[in-house]
Amino acid sequence: MSVSKLNKQQFGQFVDAILAAGRKVVGVVAKNDRFVFNTLKSAKDLRLDYDVTILSPRKYVLPQVEPLLTFEVGGDAKSVKQNEPMILLGIHPYDLIAINQMDELFSEGEYDTHYMDRRKNITLVACDVAKASKNVFASSMETAVADKGYDILITDIGDAYLLDAATEKGQALMAYAKGAAAATAEDLKKRNAIQEANKTGLNKHKLNCKPSYLPKLMETAYNHPVWEEKARLCYSCGSCNQVCPTCYCFDVQDRVNWDLKTGTRVRCWDGCLLENFATVAGNHNFRKDRSARFRHRLYRKAKYVPEKIGGQIACVGCGRCVTACTADIANPVTVYNRLMEERTIG
Amino acid sequence: MCECCGNGQKDIYLPQMATITKHRMLNGTEFYMHLELDSGKELGHTPGQFVEVSIAGLGEAPISISSSPTQKGFELVVRNVGSLTKAIHKLTAGQKVGIRGPFGSVYPVELAKGRDLVFICGGIGLVPQRSFIRYVLDNRKDYGKVTVLVGTKCYDMRLFREELAMWQERKDMTLMETIDESRDCWDGNVGVVTTLIPKIESDLPKSLVLVCGPPVMYKFVLMALSEAEAPAKNIYVNLERRMKCGVGKCGHCQINNLYVCQDGPVFRWSDLTAVPEAI
Repeated sequence: MSVSKLNKQQFGQFVDAILAAGRKVVGVVAKNDRFVFNTLKSAKDLRLDYDVTILSPRKYVLPQVEPLLTFEVGGDAKSVKQNEPMILLGIHPYDLIAINQMDELFSEGEYDTHYMDRRKNITLVACDVAKASKNVFASSMETAVADKGYDILITDIGDAYLLDAATEKGQALMAYAKGAAAATAEDLKKRNAIQEANKTGLNKHKLNCKPSYLPKLMETAYNHPVWEEKARLCYSCGSCNQVCPTCYCFDVQDRVNWDLKTGTRVRCWDGCLLENFATVAGNHNFRKDRSARFRHRLYRKAKYVPEKIGGQIACVGCGRCVTACTADIANPVTVYNRLMEERTIG
Repeated sequence: MCECCGNGQKDIYLPQMATITKHRMLNGTEFYMHLELDSGKELGHTPGQFVEVSIAGLGEAPISISSSPTQKGFELVVRNVGSLTKAIHKLTAGQKVGIRGPFGSVYPVELAKGRDLVFICGGIGLVPQRSFIRYVLDNRKDYGKVTVLVGTKCYDMRLFREELAMWQERKDMTLMETIDESRDCWDGNVGVVTTLIPKIESDLPKSLVLVCGPPVMYKFVLMALSEAEAPAKNIYVNLERRMKCGVGKCGHCQINNLYVCQDGPVFRWSDLTAVPEAI
């Protein structure tokens, strides 16, 4: 499909036209000296030059708290949906790939209508990374650029943005772009140069193997001392889970309204590092050792989830866990590299 | 059964209602209930499976199905351990609970045909095993020798006492019971359930062995079975985990890469020997 070009002023008008049409847009905005995804009020707040957001856009695809059912206490329940149409604007390729993975996980096997109905109403507008964050390692994870999975991909080529509308949803949105020109061969060359640079440049932590090797690496790593050594410092706070764009484990809770007659069954984020994640009735905890929980997370990223979704590694190299971890132990690259160095077989 | 939404896919989190038709306490902590789905349909389970039971406002929990699909309705046994189960204990006939499922893998009902069967049940582990035991007794001619081992912590906690007494009388099965702590009123075997394993008369290396009990029990039972030369491929275990969603999404029930709500709760032991979190 053809790639359009908007100068920066036109791009601002494009975003404002979408907002003026009453469409809900969630975009990247500054929060003090960091960035977050938030409801966008004006194009001037949009910061496509961001490095990384505090939380990934997962919070719009799989909200922290999401109603599943409403009920009468002790009685009947009915389905409710949270699926307001929304444009997610400015998703970096690594976060986009995380969303694409989640789409697969919620549609494979038992089809999750709550997730999928919402997801179908979301338009994904990705953008190439303009500035590397301090802990990104997307280049190592081969997630620094994306060639699919977006409705529109934006690239900042200096004096203008290139917009690649890859789907019908994306093209429909392009109707708001006034004055768009077709990208020239020269423009596409610039875009290509940016993407090629990102393929190697978003790499503050270098993984010493191809990501596709990780499942194999993990086959012989289960009893390695690194789990205990790292987890000794773990606070079991679950920050690594909360900031991770690919974590999708959840709890289901009943919340009763103040009338004590009605309520909502909600799904809310959970984290496998939290102490009672695997505790059952009678207080038996099937994963009570911190090291076992720490190991479980990195096995999920490198082996268990990939086995479910055709080998894609469930760590996209955003580096948020590295930044969030108080004890400075969450960096997956440090652990995987250590396992590489000390692996027992080739 | 379910309200359809959007594209016609059913909502996997929406329970259907079931009404309690009978209930009683089996001991001080275990509440038995017989249920029928309000839809008038049968649950359609196979022995070994579980359902998610809920009371709106209190939550949902995975509970093993204790009855055989050969009977009308279905039976659950719920231990009083938390706010939901405490509320279930207070329910009476005519009241309703939400049900999702049946979920999970099943006992090898077909593969077991013609084979000698040994059921090893520890405590509340009798509850899911009873589903298959009753299925076998209702299709008795299809199966070989049936041996049931039941171990209970103390005399007062024994479950399904009348039924155990009936099984004791039957000529076409062998029931062996033990309790962990001796009591004056008990003249049977005293000790943990593994003490009964040497008394099994079936040819263990050729029998199918089905094991269910508290987490601590498996290691010792599996060691004893290994000593008795029961091959791992003939042993099935029914495992407990926190099956929160029941549909392979929420991640709580994982044992390494396996989802107990879908790959289990019934596992062939030979499939778990390389799964370190299993036992």
